[in-house]
Amino acid sequence: MRGTGWKEYQKEIADDNYFYVRSCIRQNFFPGSEKAFLSILRSDLGKDVGEDLKHTSCTGIGYHTDIVSLETIMTVVARQFALMTEAGYENLTSSCITSFGIYTEMLETWHEFPETEERTREYLYKATGREFTKPRNVAHTSDVIYKHRERIAAQGKIKLVNSVTGKPLRVVEHIGCHYAKLFPKKGVGGSEFPYVLAGMIESWGGEVTDYPERRHCCGFGFRNYLVQANRGFSIANSQKKLESMSRYKPDFIVTNCPGCAMFLDKWQYTIAEMEGAIYGQDGRGIPVLTYEEMAGLVLGYDPWALGMQMHQVAVEPLLDKLGIEYDPAAKYLGRNGKYLGIPDQGAVNMNCTSQPYMRTL
Amino acid sequence: MAIDRSINWGYSISRPRAVDMDANDHEAAARLLRKLPELQACIACGCCVATCTAGNLTDFNFRRVHTLVRRGEYKGAYDELNKCMLCGKCRLVCPRGINTRAVVMAVKRILGEY
Repeated sequence: MRGTGWKEYQKEIADDNYFYVRSCIRQNFFPGSEKAFLSILRSDLGKDVGEDLKHTSCTGIGYHTDIVSLETIMTVVARQFALMTEAGYENLTSSCITSFGIYTEMLETWHEFPETEERTREYLYKATGREFTKPRNVAHTSDVIYKHRERIAAQGKIKLVNSVTGKPLRVVEHIGCHYAKLFPKKGVGGSEFPYVLAGMIESWGGEVTDYPERRHCCGFGFRNYLVQANRGFSIANSQKKLESMSRYKPDFIVTNCPGCAMFLDKWQYTIAEMEGAIYGQDGRGIPVLTYEEMAGLVLGYDPWALGMQMHQVAVEPLLDKLGIEYDPAAKYLGRNGKYLGIPDQGAVNMNCTSQPYMRTL
Repeated sequence: MAIDRSINWGYSISRPRAVDMDANDHEAAARLLRKLPELQACIACGCCVATCTAGNLTDFNFRRVHTLVRRGEYKGAYDELNKCMLCGKCRLVCPRGINTRAVVMAVKRILGEY
């Protein structure tokens, strides 16, 4: 038994031929990340990734807030699987942690209660005339990047090290709750030792930074946030994490969940406005990256092409630490070079956006 | 950094109800323990609360106050202990023989300033 325990925490991740399903909220808050994922998989790694414009929200947010019933979400999930089947794929990869949890939950429910699967197939056929085959492999997109992390490292243009001192950057990783806390065996490392992001950081030259509240929820929690009066509880969770991690001087945070990236980033602004507290070593907040953005930077993508101008906490100080060349004037240029204007000054990054950010390194 | 009080957020940051042992000042609790070392024998069984006359009439809870004070949570403890009538029934039932009346008086003396 000795030495074999870690095998319990491994998961099978398909190597190629993925059917890609997108996230609802990432399209708005981190619009470059999904595009970067497709570009990395197709162009850099030469993998086959298909998708279908007809796929919809998994309705996970409605499900977790009790406004979408179990039968409805099962049928919606079945429709996504039907689209995958029609496109000729067997491996599903989901951009969203909650969707990943939902797909896993429905498959497990169908396994434990086969009559619910039969009922769902009936509902789907009556509603749409479609039929489906269950996916052979379900992986979150961070699992896919994790699987190919060594190839990305080999093709990488930079490492996650301080370009001036040569020391590894201190990176805080945050795993979305629905990744492995629902079904621990479906995540790399399970719920106790999730390694999916830590593996990327280590492979790409960074230093994983531990801190007491590492496994605490970011505070999204659906109904904790969606009702305005409850948001004090949501932000309190983020504040607890940020206060805990800031003592360990992280250079940036990386998450694999759309909600976590959004809340850990944007609540920093709210906390700064409400209480005057700004985290981070330089008083400019702690940048929050998605794993696709981190992979994109390693592979030499332009930060503005990755959509990093959408972050609440400005990323320029981090880019300077990494020694990445970027055009400050291009930060707010939209499609075809159209100037979008500079957003209002935010309390958390006032040193970066109140005027053109001046490099200090 | 200046805080803009004019913003109506519609909510405020909830304060944690967990006891933060690292942030609390434990000096007064240590003084209490030096004065009444038998408090270390308390097993928090709750007999004191079960027999408490004041507790039957109000929400006074000696075990809760004692536990909080021992963890460095002093706020409100003095006022809470003012509800005690010092009847001594708790002392009669304490299985560890702790002089609970002395605890009440010692906590009030030590925490008078909090």
